[in-house]
Amino acid sequence: MASLKALKIRIGSVKSTQKITKAMKMVAAAKLRRAQEAAVAGRPYAEQLEKVMASLAAKVSVSESSPKLLAGTGKDQVHLLIVATSERGLAGAFNSNIVRAARRKAEELEAAGKTVKFYVAGKKGRVIKRFFPTQIAADHEMSHIKTVAFADARAIADDVIARFEAGEFDIGHLFYAKFQSALVQEPVGRQIIPVAIDTTAAPVADGGAAVEYEPDEETILADLLPRNVAIQIFRALLENAASEQGSRMTAMDNATRNAGDMINRLTIQYNRSRQAAITTELVEIISGAEALK
Amino acid sequence: MLHFELVTPEKLVRSEDVYMVVVPGSEGDFGVLEGHAPVMSTIRDGALSVYRTEKGEPELIAIEGGFAEVNANGLTVLAERAA
Repeated sequence: MASLKALKIRIGSVKSTQKITKAMKMVAAAKLRRAQEAAVAGRPYAEQLEKVMASLAAKVSVSESSPKLLAGTGKDQVHLLIVATSERGLAGAFNSNIVRAARRKAEELEAAGKTVKFYVAGKKGRVIKRFFPTQIAADHEMSHIKTVAFADARAIADDVIARFEAGEFDIGHLFYAKFQSALVQEPVGRQIIPVAIDTTAAPVADGGAAVEYEPDEETILADLLPRNVAIQIFRALLENAASEQGSRMTAMDNATRNAGDMINRLTIQYNRSRQAAITTELVEIISGAEALK
Repeated sequence: MLHFELVTPEKLVRSEDVYMVVVPGSEGDFGVLEGHAPVMSTIRDGALSVYRTEKGEPELIAIEGGFAEVNANGLTVLAERAA
């Protein structure tokens, strides 16, 4: 059995770990609220843009001359997987879930004979290098970002679109964790290039009157397409930020509880050892006294 | 009154009833009053002039990378940045 001193040190160290996990949980809870607010605040823009895109796409027919972002390159050989993860660990399975979803998709595509490239956004996505060392197209630096701004998403979108225009890939997928609740974050992958327009979105109410377009439908659509890619990435980053904090909160809550259980166990063990030591000492004294009689 | 909304990806900047808004469209400025015909237009970087009342001084809001839409519900401006 461990000595009393060793047990005491052990209890102290678990206690200080518990303090840290508890603090991390509370910080994550506060950050989660802010991240959720940011995600909600971004919704009107995305909804409005989606409606406008849907009503424009209904008017413009896809043809050879359509913007590539809408019509695609006509091939589906090279796939780019954009993997958005967080910059920090200690968030449960948050990052590994996203990476796993991306890996699974990559394996699926490779089995179908396609070429797969990765675009890593976020430090924790770099583990992909271990599995696909030669297929990392880019590693987007995000460590300086504290709270996600639209400009950050724009930077990624511009980079990705430039690569698309240069013919580096045909189809782009985006991987991130969709925020459902503090307990549930679902890793998702969706195609963002070519832009898949949700034609089921209610078209903009035009009050029965003919809508006038300035300059014209095609030009507006061509202008909106890259913006749509940027907004999709921005929404993914916002969802990711909320998911990360939710995941961390849950993980740290579990860790705090586990530490509490461990402290209880160790305390019982400590008390028992102490009692055993006292008993032994007493027995020694009494038997010593008996022997002197 | 004209219902006017200004939205950026980060938040809903304005949602209010005003008298008139002058929008810097990519093919020229245009003023939007209540009951304006439906229009969709891209916007060049510039300033929106918001007239709360008919006689009042306009309030200028600088916007970047935008798009304006007028429909039966009023005017909606989507901008990447607004200050």
